[in-house]
Amino acid sequence: MKVLENLVYTKTHEWVRFEDETTALVGLTDYAQQTLGQLVFVNLPQEGDETVTGESFADVESVKAVSDVYCPVTGVVSEINEELLDAPEKINDTPYEAWFAKITDITEKEEFLSPEEYEEFVKKEME
Amino acid sequence: MGSFVPATDRDKKEMLSAIGIDSIEDLFGQLPQDVKLMDGLNLPSGMSEMEVCRKMEGIAAKNTVFPVIFRGAGAYRHYIPAVVKSVLSKETLYTAYTPYQAEISQGILQSIFEYQTMICELTGMDTANASVYDGAAAAAEAVAMCRDRKKTKAFVSAAVHPQVMETIKTYCFGNGMELTVIPEKDGITDLNFLKEHIDGQTACVYIQNPNYYGSLELAREIGSIAKAADAKYIMGVNPISLGVIKTPEEYGADIAVGEGQPLGLPLAFGGPYIGFMACTKELIRKLPGRIVGETVDFNGKTGYVLTLQAREQHIRREKALSNICSNQALCALAVGVYLSAMGAEGLKQTAIQCMSKAHYMANQLEAIGYPVINHGEFFHEFVTISKVPVEKVMSALEEAGILGGYPLTGERAGQILWCCTEMNAKDDIDRVIGILREV
Repeated sequence: MKVLENLVYTKTHEWVRFEDETTALVGLTDYAQQTLGQLVFVNLPQEGDETVTGESFADVESVKAVSDVYCPVTGVVSEINEELLDAPEKINDTPYEAWFAKITDITEKEEFLSPEEYEEFVKKEME
Repeated sequence: MGSFVPATDRDKKEMLSAIGIDSIEDLFGQLPQDVKLMDGLNLPSGMSEMEVCRKMEGIAAKNTVFPVIFRGAGAYRHYIPAVVKSVLSKETLYTAYTPYQAEISQGILQSIFEYQTMICELTGMDTANASVYDGAAAAAEAVAMCRDRKKTKAFVSAAVHPQVMETIKTYCFGNGMELTVIPEKDGITDLNFLKEHIDGQTACVYIQNPNYYGSLELAREIGSIAKAADAKYIMGVNPISLGVIKTPEEYGADIAVGEGQPLGLPLAFGGPYIGFMACTKELIRKLPGRIVGETVDFNGKTGYVLTLQAREQHIRREKALSNICSNQALCALAVGVYLSAMGAEGLKQTAIQCMSKAHYMANQLEAIGYPVINHGEFFHEFVTISKVPVEKVMSALEEAGILGGYPLTGERAGQILWCCTEMNAKDDIDRVIGILREV
């Protein structure tokens, strides 16, 4: 399981890469994609959608289940990674490049976990 | 036996004490005394089999069953090959209504898979579901599956079946879609109105082809208008007509739906019927209801499974695309057997017979002063004006054991919607003409 140093994480297994104070990319962690198994479909938000901290803004579908992806910040979707719509397997192959959406105008954030804290959190979850 | 008794005395006692009362009488204490049944049900004593038969036959005899029918308007009398009933009555296939468990029976799943495949071939679409309750439900579900956050308007032709319109209205009211009725002009959908009013928020355009009045719509043009506005194009079709008319796919439809009753289901006083739904592969994840797929098992043997269930009501209820997506498994089986028995050629012959008999009848009616008001082409239904009061026409036909066309109402009062199928012999048509000449 890979955890990158330059990102922050959530307890619902999203990673967040801040470009500046109010702009961030959001994706699913390596641990999440491993647990979900092979992903066959992804539903992304639409550009211009407003997101709310802790609320579902996308979902991913594996062969037998659909799982919600939660947005860890309150803001506006300024860009979505359309590549994923045609190739959801990219989330499995390169989870930390397969960002879901770029959120701008961020007004509120979740309490994030540092890479170390996230690693610790996952270890506990796996026990 | 325990599992057949829903609540034991101890269960009841615990439940009553949990809500703080002592007895069942207290629970129903709110009800007025006179609505309670005090002395049990007043049922007559048992009857012998012969007595029951006699009684039931007596009730059935109160129905008027017409040997000759010239009425359609959404429910059609067609020839049903004997093999349909024969296969359907096999008790192994007479399963409970909707099969829920994916692994319950490979036979049932295969029969649904075959049905889906035939619906795809019939409509030209990529994928079909295991069916829904009826054609009106299929139409409304199709409209609902086009809705997204930015597209919330639905345009529906005024020339669709009135009950389909009512069902779509109910759905739109429920899910917050704005419904615009495209008026009819000369008995078909008014293209100019659609062109002027369609916009970027339009989720879909729904038409019926042939429409409620039997006329063929300018289906390709309507599809182009929908496409130009980036809206989905839904066509409701009579499946028999697809034996001679272009498929929804050829008209550029994204979704094809319809009432499957003409495909091997008897009229049966209006039900149970079956709604079929088919769509392009881009929309497969929005298609509600069960979808059976074909796969191979661990040993490489063919197997059938319920697939793409992830957005279904029994998996993610709150995000399910539909909550009435039970299918009509036995009716789907009937459709599958009917289509296999008829084959492509049989279906084509049926469609040609329907169409040519309707056109023969229309000509004969015109000749005796019942002008046809369909401006363009029609399939097996058409509308005439009646020179004498419609009631008089109908009762004259009834006396001869003939159910006449459907008397239209509202703005179309005084008009009759006639239908011919392969079941109407030329002699019957000539008899109708003879009677109407005398009225």
